[in-house]
Amino acid sequence: MTQTLIRPPSVDERVAVRNPLQNLLGRPEVGALVGAVVLFVFFALVSQTFLQPNAIATVLYGSSTIGIMAVGVSLLMIGGEFDLSTGVAVISSALTASMFSWYFSTNVWVGVILALVVSVAIGFVNGWILMKTKLPSFIVTLATFLMLTGLNLGLTRLIGGSVSSPSISNMDGFKSAQAIFASSVTIGSVDVKITVFIWIALVAVASWVLLRTKVGNWIFAVGGDSNAARAVGVPVKATKIGLFMAVGFCGWILGMHNLFAFDSVQSGEGVGNEFLYIIAAVIGGCLLTGGYGSAVGGAIGAFIFGMANKGIVYAQWNPDWFKFFLGLMLLLATIVNLIVKRRAELK
Amino acid sequence: MNAKQIDQQQLLKDEKDPLTHTPVHLLSLENVGKHYGNIVALRDVTMAVDNGRVTCVLGDNGAGKSTLIKIIAGLHQHDEGVLHIMGEERKFDSPRDALDAGIATVYQDLAVVPLMPIWRNFFLGSELTSGFGPFKSLDVQAMKDITKKELAEMGIDLRDVEQPIGQLSGGERQCVAIARAVYFGAKVLILDEPTAALGVKQSGVVLRYILQARDRGLGVIFITHNPHHAFPVGDRFLLLKRGKSIGYYDKKDITLDELTAQMAGGAELAELAHELEQLGGHSDVVKEVQAEVAGTSR
Repeated sequence: MTQTLIRPPSVDERVAVRNPLQNLLGRPEVGALVGAVVLFVFFALVSQTFLQPNAIATVLYGSSTIGIMAVGVSLLMIGGEFDLSTGVAVISSALTASMFSWYFSTNVWVGVILALVVSVAIGFVNGWILMKTKLPSFIVTLATFLMLTGLNLGLTRLIGGSVSSPSISNMDGFKSAQAIFASSVTIGSVDVKITVFIWIALVAVASWVLLRTKVGNWIFAVGGDSNAARAVGVPVKATKIGLFMAVGFCGWILGMHNLFAFDSVQSGEGVGNEFLYIIAAVIGGCLLTGGYGSAVGGAIGAFIFGMANKGIVYAQWNPDWFKFFLGLMLLLATIVNLIVKRRAELK
Repeated sequence: MNAKQIDQQQLLKDEKDPLTHTPVHLLSLENVGKHYGNIVALRDVTMAVDNGRVTCVLGDNGAGKSTLIKIIAGLHQHDEGVLHIMGEERKFDSPRDALDAGIATVYQDLAVVPLMPIWRNFFLGSELTSGFGPFKSLDVQAMKDITKKELAEMGIDLRDVEQPIGQLSGGERQCVAIARAVYFGAKVLILDEPTAALGVKQSGVVLRYILQARDRGLGVIFITHNPHHAFPVGDRFLLLKRGKSIGYYDKKDITLDELTAQMAGGAELAELAHELEQLGGHSDVVKEVQAEVAGTSR
């Protein structure tokens, strides 16, 4: 008797056969994808140079510097939290690497490894305080943001006597570190920055983790309903702290790129960038309230950002319009997400 | 005529209770108490749960039902008395502890994560994986198949295990949570007011799954404030009021009317009738309550 109840969903009359288009429309990143295509076609039409390989490589590079962070920030947002300290944490990481190896005259790689430890530790501290105090992540990471901003400026002046870190281009290991974090790969006649490949690899790994591992399941669960997750035995605290540490790791990669793309870092930089990462994640379909979204969405959000940023230049417009445009994209994307969430929750 | 009360000491010390198959109870509480600061939330509660039996815990709001299940589910620790699992004295430090001891709790509101697909919810916290080391990945197809099969065996016919669980009705969600507990080898299943927010038909569906779980050999603790839901499925009834046990009955010793009367409290009903009359309540309603009062003081 019960055997008759098991039947393939396609036979069940209550499941309407959905065409591939409808399936696609149910994905979290669909709003962003439509936006990206519209934007791409738009800039291709208004600008002669936008479709040239060099221009595309530039757009991809711009996207990747946002996108690398957007990967971590998207995962964190799906896990129900967000981090305002990311922008300055990137600079903290770069400053740690350069100041340490400069002050102690070590191989640059010693500084790079130390910076990794510091970046991941900042993430850990953010997550740990959050879990201990149960304060909103907005407050906790706002505090970290302010403290790091102050530390960046204060320590840089104290140690190096300037607002920017001293040049480390002559030090041991600089060339090899530059090859890893800030080189270019020539494809055909076009130089593509290595960050583009790092970005794509990070998105692939994050997507796999999110959709095909235990940890991914837990990330959705702690963001969707952390009480329910705890009740069925999901390690909620470890998952959230781990997410903050992953954000720290992404910050380290970007920080190293910023350092080795030039040879010194301005200690006051990075303020405000945290919003760009959050915007990329939100445009990409991640819900601010958690429990829904994708790593690919964050990547598309970053790509939209990169296109808009560089496209306005290629179209020879005044870049003043960029911020207005970004705000509009954010608003539209959030409205689309809201509709998606309501449809998923209600029947 | 008052229902004969079970001698609680007798029930626990000599295993002569006709409901007991094993020499010891699957789970038993003896004079368990709990206080939060100077507030006594629960005192002197004694009850037992056996394989294939349903123990109902009845009580009005604030009677101590939630405190009782929180102790058994490992969310709180008791201050007095003892908790035995298969005859062994235990005290749980966390929900994970209780889960490991085979006690699964299905909460009324936080059973599932609404935005996640049914199969992901079903396996949440106990996911199946294949592969080695850092490359362990979810065995998606197996999990989907098992979810569908397990739910079908519980008599739950779901459209599509890929849909977000938030799209299911409240009753269906409870049933998924029950099926999940059964599949993961729960020995004791605690149901926290599973029918409280449900309509008549949905409640019936959930009650049927309670019996299914019982027939699969689980010990079920069914918490409710509705004697009409408790009586048809229960084997034992523990009545709580203001944190104290006001009665512990075997099904053969009590009728539905008596259970209802005990729950409501005859004196309080009489007072309610009087109050309604004074407020100029609808005469039919007053009569109804008065009839009820007459019934309870019988």
